[in-house]
Amino acid sequence: MDFNISKQEELFLQMIREFTENEIKPIAAEIDEQERFPVETVEKMGKLGIMGIPIPVEYGGQGSTNQIYSMAVEEISRVCGTTGVVVSAHTSLCADPIMNFGTEEQKQKYLPKLASGEWVGAFGLTEPNAGTDAALQQTTAEDAGDKWILNGSKIFITNAEYAHVYVIIAMTDKSQGTKGISAFIVEKGTPGFTIGKKEKKLGIRGSSTCELIFENCQIPKENLLGKIGKGFSLAMKTLDGGRIGIAAQALGLAQGAMDETIKYTKERKQFGKAISKFQNTQFQLADMETKVQASRLFVRNAAFKKDQKLPYSVDAAMAKLYASETAMEVTTKAIQFHGGYGYTREYPVERMFRDAKITEIYEGTSEVQRMVIAGNLLK
Amino acid sequence: MNKSEYKNVFVFAEQREGKIQGVAIELLGKARNLADDLQEEVYAILLGGKDIESKAQTLISYGADKVIVASCEELENYTTESYTQAITQISHEFKPSIILFGATTIGRDLGPRLSARLTTGLTADCTKLEISEEKELLMTRPAFGGNLMATIICSEHRPQMSTVRPGVMKALEKDENRKGEIIKTSINFNKEKFRVRIKETVKEKSSMIDISEAKVLVSGGRGIGNEAGLKMLKELSTILDAEVAASRAMVDAGLVEHKRQVGQTGQTVRPDLYFAFGISGAIQHVAGMEESDFIIAVNKDRYAPIMQIADLGIVGDCKSIIPALIERLSNKIKD
Amino acid sequence: MKIVVCIKQVPDTTEVKLDPVTGTLIRDGVPSIINPDDKGGLELALELKDKFNAEVTVITMGPMQAEAVLREAFAMGVDKAILLSDRKFAGADTLATSNALAGAIRTLDYDLVITGRQAIDGDTAQVGPQIAEHLDIPQVSYLQSLEYDGKNTFTIKKQTEDGYQIVEVDGPCLVTVLSTANKARYMTVKGIMEAFDKEVEIWSADKIDVDEAKLGLKGSPTKVKKAFTKGVKSAGQVYEVDTEEAIGIILSKLKEKFII
Repeated sequence: MDFNISKQEELFLQMIREFTENEIKPIAAEIDEQERFPVETVEKMGKLGIMGIPIPVEYGGQGSTNQIYSMAVEEISRVCGTTGVVVSAHTSLCADPIMNFGTEEQKQKYLPKLASGEWVGAFGLTEPNAGTDAALQQTTAEDAGDKWILNGSKIFITNAEYAHVYVIIAMTDKSQGTKGISAFIVEKGTPGFTIGKKEKKLGIRGSSTCELIFENCQIPKENLLGKIGKGFSLAMKTLDGGRIGIAAQALGLAQGAMDETIKYTKERKQFGKAISKFQNTQFQLADMETKVQASRLFVRNAAFKKDQKLPYSVDAAMAKLYASETAMEVTTKAIQFHGGYGYTREYPVERMFRDAKITEIYEGTSEVQRMVIAGNLLK
Repeated sequence: MNKSEYKNVFVFAEQREGKIQGVAIELLGKARNLADDLQEEVYAILLGGKDIESKAQTLISYGADKVIVASCEELENYTTESYTQAITQISHEFKPSIILFGATTIGRDLGPRLSARLTTGLTADCTKLEISEEKELLMTRPAFGGNLMATIICSEHRPQMSTVRPGVMKALEKDENRKGEIIKTSINFNKEKFRVRIKETVKEKSSMIDISEAKVLVSGGRGIGNEAGLKMLKELSTILDAEVAASRAMVDAGLVEHKRQVGQTGQTVRPDLYFAFGISGAIQHVAGMEESDFIIAVNKDRYAPIMQIADLGIVGDCKSIIPALIERLSNKIKD
Repeated sequence: MKIVVCIKQVPDTTEVKLDPVTGTLIRDGVPSIINPDDKGGLELALELKDKFNAEVTVITMGPMQAEAVLREAFAMGVDKAILLSDRKFAGADTLATSNALAGAIRTLDYDLVITGRQAIDGDTAQVGPQIAEHLDIPQVSYLQSLEYDGKNTFTIKKQTEDGYQIVEVDGPCLVTVLSTANKARYMTVKGIMEAFDKEVEIWSADKIDVDEAKLGLKGSPTKVKKAFTKGVKSAGQVYEVDTEEAIGIILSKLKEKFII
């Protein structure tokens, strides 16, 4: 793995920073406050190619790397956690499985519109009774000859109200257990498919998190994604990739909190000097920065392995575990450094702290990541 | 080139709609000093429509010894080509040693075109002009966003040309009794080269504020922060009969229009009194206001760079000082 | 339509700081950027490319590192990039710089030449009009917006101190553009991916159409006699007092200065 940033990556970072500073940062507090999905940002990102970074050029994408994709999610999340997860769920959880498991027709039909941001993607695995134990799927897909009929519901689905394409996991044969699980592509507006309750959340409040309800929802036969009975494995592989995105989101949140804290501790004066002059501040900042850098190396490593088509499941789990716990720690300390101000919405660290918590939970809790890591150790 | 053939200090007397621009008057003041040092004369170049000759005496009152007047339809309104041809002809005929231009949109359009046609040097936005012992023009200007000063010379080419921003040089007192000579000249145009057609000239009301003319400026920066802060500035400026100005931070934040921006990318000002509220004093800003007669800075940070150039620095919060000042001043005015 | 845009790589002067003790510039770590007015010029050219399928060539003069701004221009969407890089160009003032750029442009086909109004490191606003003079084409400076009739005529709104002017001019001509004329587009991910597959042409002095005596230090009528940082003005008095006392101090100064 090359630790140097290439000239291309350097140019990309310049572009994404200009974009996030000018277009995302100014509205980050507002979309959080109003729980508003940033539709306009998605449109702008679509035009620049940010919604389809790793999608191949022949499907309208940018044909770029997961390295660059992870840098994008990091930079976006540095100023807005909500927008970071919108891009991550869209790319890693919807476009990615279609890229990896879709038929040529499915790729032709969905990827160009996902890549351009015209369509937003979502992914439905979690159910009220199937969280960490994802095998307990109760949503069913019944083979009705020329179509599939879906029944059941999914919860906590990112991008729910604004997505056009959903990758949905459902039981096709209960008797087979995880081997009876399959994946499907469901389009917005399909009869029998409705959006349910919208969650009120602690953080990432601008992202649309809702229930998906399927009541005799009929989808065409060709919307089966991947092979029948392979849906569970498809979901697990998809989550491996998704974890790189969430790790990058956590990393971005931590970096954002670092940036704010460094600025604040240099400005804020107590006892006649800037608080950055106190050794307690310096040592804590050093520890925080070290952890942020370590998280970055984890994320880059996992993305690099994915780009190289090497196994990366454990690397992604470590990246997500470490980066999300770092995000929580760093944002917590960032508030402490800001004192009373940090607890208010005058400063962005309060929002970053709230946004950070979810990174320890979704796309596999920290406990799941530990299971993955330990499972690999002890196999 | 025989440099000794080139003599006298020329000023391009920019006029718009027949009105001589302030910067031309300021340049005459500077030209006077330079010509006195050289023991040469000050010439003004006055180009305009048929009535423009009536303005020649004004230029003499402000320091010109001679005024070269070219008045014709082609010169009534500025166009790059007609003015370039006119001054090129005048330059060939009169062989000036120095020509000064105002760094206005006109001067900055004309100067470089002319310098290329005459194959000579041009130094933009000079803040200081002096004559060296070798009788050369020393042109000092800021570069690098005002961080660096450079003294430029143009030793082997004539005329030596420079532009100067409005407000930088000081005009002489008007002397109605001053005598001078008016030299009328006519220009032989090559009209084939008149290729830019003016369709419409529009004046906009909002453009009329000119902070460089204000005696007192109440200027705010990042520390003023928001609309509420701006409101305080406006209130204070009304009481003091001042204009509101701002640093780039306020303009970038969309709170204040660009015309009120002081600094490298805004206006250069030298009021009698400059209030800097919540302005840290980035070099770009300082470049535009450091010539102010008296600077009062209010800033939370004792070590902000503005404190180094302020004549009076107050360490404190603008949000409490400005309202208190307004209160005291309005009481006083009532008295 | 063929458009040539001249751009310059400049240090981001907003990031330059002064050493508070020595008063010297701290240039280390200051990023290099496309000069903001030039970026406005690039955007104008790219808008014409979008609307009229114009071919956009971008030229810069500078050391080899200036290639970075040409890659950025590629990532924004230009078609061709030329870097004028030669020791013979070094030490150029605005006139010599404009001679080099004009010498390069002369070898190209063009209907419109675009430059930024001025560069943030020099602030001279001279190179554009000087190029126009060397090429013997008309110039319109301080451009705010431009319309093209699709044939050969440009209708241009140019800024003046107290408003604006609408002028008409036929190609070939040169315009100088303000950064406020438009909002420059971002690079696209695709543009960045492709930017490094495209060729930046490196041109030396032999490749351009101009007398060598007009280039570099030799071709520069103006010379820097000395450069210096401004002496730190002797500091005035600084008071760290409560609001009431501060007001008193300010008011007495205002009285002393006859402001009130």
